[in-house]
Amino acid sequence: MIRVLDPGVLTLVQDLGRPGWAHIGVGRSGAADAGSLRLGNRLVANDTGAAGLEVLLGGLRFQVTVPTTVAVTGAPGPVWVDGTPVAHNAVLELAAGAELRVGTSPVGLRSYVAVRGGIDVPSVLGSRSTDQLAGIGPEPVGAGDVLPVGPAPDEWPVVDLAVTGGWPTDVVLPVLPGPQADWFDHGLVVLSSGDYVVTPATNRVALRLDGSAVARPEHRELPSAGLVPGAVQIPPDAQPVVFGVDHPVTGGYPVLAVVRRRALDSLGQVRPGDRVRFVLG
Amino acid sequence: MTQAERPADEQLDGPRVVPFGDGAVLVELADLAAVQALDSAIWALRDGSAPGAFAAVVDQVPAARTLLLRVADEGDPGALATAVAQAWTHRPTSTVHAETETVELEVTYDGDDLDDVAELTGLTVAQVVARHAAGQYTVAFGGFMPGFAYLTGLDAALRVPRLASPRQKVPAGAVAIADEFTAVYPAATPGGWRLLGRCDAQLFDVDRDPPALLRPGTRVRFVARDGR
Repeated sequence: MIRVLDPGVLTLVQDLGRPGWAHIGVGRSGAADAGSLRLGNRLVANDTGAAGLEVLLGGLRFQVTVPTTVAVTGAPGPVWVDGTPVAHNAVLELAAGAELRVGTSPVGLRSYVAVRGGIDVPSVLGSRSTDQLAGIGPEPVGAGDVLPVGPAPDEWPVVDLAVTGGWPTDVVLPVLPGPQADWFDHGLVVLSSGDYVVTPATNRVALRLDGSAVARPEHRELPSAGLVPGAVQIPPDAQPVVFGVDHPVTGGYPVLAVVRRRALDSLGQVRPGDRVRFVLG
Repeated sequence: MTQAERPADEQLDGPRVVPFGDGAVLVELADLAAVQALDSAIWALRDGSAPGAFAAVVDQVPAARTLLLRVADEGDPGALATAVAQAWTHRPTSTVHAETETVELEVTYDGDDLDDVAELTGLTVAQVVARHAAGQYTVAFGGFMPGFAYLTGLDAALRVPRLASPRQKVPAGAVAIADEFTAVYPAATPGGWRLLGRCDAQLFDVDRDPPALLRPGTRVRFVARDGR
């Protein structure tokens, strides 16, 4: 079991989400940077869909009650075991009573702690993810919480360390034209013409950006329609909103562009103040 | 609605499939009846033994004029346009499955907006209640929040606009109307629909199978409690 000493700013239990319920108003949710959770799960030889901890801006401290294998991936902050610095993206063997601490990374937003056996809180509609918009799934992790760990899988870790590329300094988001792209005059040209700054009003639901205004020539009503993560919606204030993993299942403003799937994980790692650039194609 | 009852021009106005990124397509349709027909046809194929390209679909989201089809992470939505055209051609003549259940919801008609709705519609409060309770409704689509269902079949005389500014808190179970729809709020939330009454039914419960009481296609009747 894991005894949480300090959850930091915000720590959530996340797996790969709950697809298949959007028609009754429940979105997929899941890890904001699913690739990092998958990497952590591979390191500790879990199923890729095992639940781990998504740690916003570091600050998580916990103690394990029995020997436990973990890996910390995602935003590359410092990690300590009983005060000793240990490696990121590495298999860490914690002795009973050991304390793991995840520090704040200078880059990126979310670190992931994968635990061999997975965080075994009750599953809700097939997932252990917290959907912050729908209010479904476990509560955010709190100080004093005791998190159960599931039975260890049959497989054993095959590597000690995963080598990943450097952290990108320049976030480029490849986009395809959205279903309402033709509502705008040169909307895609404006969107891809310069940098946008990520504003503080950014969370798992959406990235709110500040940059070149994408004006609409006329006001047209759009009946609400289904959404996907990565949809770039243009509300009346003409500043783009890019939907994240906890997006509403439907939305009523035109969608100018859609971020390609391979770039969605980076949406979970940009932080307020970062600059992003859209590239068509 | 049966196929024979569809206006001729609507039958010619088939679905338009547009890409929604590289993991989904949005099907644009002429009206809500067309959405419901295609939605049922695709569900029937997905539930059947030969789903074809629809096997890749993980989420199917009907809305007022559109149907979103989202595929699995590694899935390719490229084959969906042809599959949608075929599903449209072979759509069932009736949008309501024979096995579709009818849910009866007992309502206490004491909503805060009854007087305003009466004034907007030129009806008496008793007439508003009688017309709302007489309706035969069908869930068209969800969205907004878990378990929320947009019900069609509202008496045209009861069509009223939303509130100019939404309430900070609509209580759970509130029965409300706006535009061509009626709905029940599954949980307390800010909301702009006009409140006619309240019911006690649990609309959404993650521990129930299925979790949503009202799902696309479900038929609904409201029954006035104590004649009011």
